[in-house]
Amino acid sequence: MSAPTKKKIEEQPKLHGVLGEFRNPKALYDVAALTVKSGYSKFDTYSPFPIHGMDKAMNLKKSKLGWIVILHGLIGFTGAISMMYYMSVMDYPMNISGKPFFNAPAWVPITFELTVLLSAFGAVFGMFFLNGLPKLNNPLFNVDRFKKATDDGFFICIEAEDSLFETEKVKELFKEAGATHIEEVYD
Amino acid sequence: MSKYDYVPEPALVKGNHDFASLTRLVTDINLRPTPKGWYLAMIGANSLLAILGIAVGYLIWEGTGIWGLNNPVGWGWAIINFVWWVGIGHAGTLISAVLFLFRQDWRTAINRFAEAMTIFAVMCAGVFPAIHVGRIWVIYWVFPVPNQMAMWPNFNSPLLWDVFAVSTYFTVSFLFWYVGLVPDLATIRDRATDKIRKYAYGIFSLGWTGSNRHWWNYEKAYMILAGLATPLVLSVHTIVSFDFAVSLIPGWHTTIFPPYFVAGAIFSGFAMVLTLMIVARKIYGMKDIMTDDHMEKMNIVIMVTGSMVGFAYMMEFFIAWYSGVEYEKAIFLLRATGPYAWAYWAMMTCNVISPQIFWFKKARTSVGLTFAISIVVNIGMWFERMVITVTSLANDYLPSSWDYYSPTIWDVLTYVGTFGLFFTMFLLFLRFLPMIALAEVKMVIPQADPHNYDENQDYQAPKVEIPTPKVAEAK
Repeated sequence: MSAPTKKKIEEQPKLHGVLGEFRNPKALYDVAALTVKSGYSKFDTYSPFPIHGMDKAMNLKKSKLGWIVILHGLIGFTGAISMMYYMSVMDYPMNISGKPFFNAPAWVPITFELTVLLSAFGAVFGMFFLNGLPKLNNPLFNVDRFKKATDDGFFICIEAEDSLFETEKVKELFKEAGATHIEEVYD
Repeated sequence: MSKYDYVPEPALVKGNHDFASLTRLVTDINLRPTPKGWYLAMIGANSLLAILGIAVGYLIWEGTGIWGLNNPVGWGWAIINFVWWVGIGHAGTLISAVLFLFRQDWRTAINRFAEAMTIFAVMCAGVFPAIHVGRIWVIYWVFPVPNQMAMWPNFNSPLLWDVFAVSTYFTVSFLFWYVGLVPDLATIRDRATDKIRKYAYGIFSLGWTGSNRHWWNYEKAYMILAGLATPLVLSVHTIVSFDFAVSLIPGWHTTIFPPYFVAGAIFSGFAMVLTLMIVARKIYGMKDIMTDDHMEKMNIVIMVTGSMVGFAYMMEFFIAWYSGVEYEKAIFLLRATGPYAWAYWAMMTCNVISPQIFWFKKARTSVGLTFAISIVVNIGMWFERMVITVTSLANDYLPSSWDYYSPTIWDVLTYVGTFGLFFTMFLLFLRFLPMIALAEVKMVIPQADPHNYDENQDYQAPKVEIPTPKVAEAK
């Protein structure tokens, strides 16, 4: 009967991190900058809308999305031309009012449309991929207060995985920065 | 202070709103029980939708002979309605993408709404090319998929370009719309108290948390999508105009068609957004977000694009005369004086003359007048497509083959039926999805800017210094 004991171990809540709530975008901005300065790297801020300048405060690297999009755009571009080339020149060439089989000017619209289509796929699905979405279960959803993050709440969470993480120290940091509420988040 | 008079931008959101009150204002609509009026409207929309079903069913059963097409006029209401609906759709993309690139923050109040309109209008437009082929069961021949004839589509044909353009346009508009919706769906997920809503909005919001690491990629994606959608929307109506311009029919074979079609599309689309917005903001009490300033700005766009369209009408005449081609000259004279002169002058009155009233500020800011003109403009744009499609075909090169085109009841019912499709979708949208791009509106109110908290960590409304006008000083 090893199953029940195993279950018991799993039931023990695992600390995910410490969540702090702040009053406004500016306070969140300041605490993000302070967190970076204190050496933490595994943390994230949560707000109902993107905050201007937060990338600098959080020391975020440039998004890699552009590369994903251009790669997809090139696939669309070459894919469109090779599709039309295969179909109208190689597989079943047809003489349509004496026009050349490889009728480049007439292929521009479809090439353009497919380039845009594939680039848009790259932009949307690439963005979700980089963000690790869809991810329907998140330890933060265990915190009732966190519901405000999509309404009017401004949160920061330093995760337990961070090498510098110490619960009390993090709490102290948030408190000094003027947090209105501090809470431990369990998985 | 500069030597120029400074005109401060009017506040984008009126009333004393903070983040929480905006959230309530927008999402309460989705969370409260369905109002009775909605059911009544839905019954109306569904009846029209049923008419569409009957009209299309009978068409498939009987064939395109039930329409009013005759020998010279092989393109009738189906094409007119297709171009009309696609054109209406373009305003949504213009508002969401082009105005985004131009950093016009006022777009945030109406972009969700206008994008929804785009998607539903393109759906209505898509009905027509699909059913007008006659044998709808082989519609897959328009796509490059293998078939029993081992043949591929003709990539030289503008009609095929249209297939790619419109399907790409629909897909990209839908994705753009969905990306914008995700954060707002998460807001509803977090506010929902019943299980069904929690699950449904939970799934479609993909587990969005509002993480700023996510917003960082999200904003990049949004900008790239706007950059992609802008040339896309121009290309789509350009390609729609190629359906006409690449042929050799007098009155169609002109290079002015692409820009003139795009201007007309923006013109009619903005009018449609206004029609819907004026009704919706009244019913749902959204006047704080969709303000009269928005209406005025959109009226200016209508006036500008209406004048561009008017200029194109005149340019067509000039070029017809300047070209020296007899047929080209004849077709334009026939448009204005021939059997369809009534339609031509209806178009001229509605599209060119009526929007000129917006030169007056009083007219631009009058809700009733704006509503009236927005409907007049869409009637006018329908006549424009009718004039272009029918007159050129009815009076072609050989006078002995001329014939007068009039629609049958089935043409009319199909067109009326597409309104059923449009309004059914729109009512579903208003009921179940946030009609305002909430996260984006929050982003543009002054409370969102960290700099407005610089002094003692509390919010201070930004002070706008308005220099006294020069005229007053002179006295």
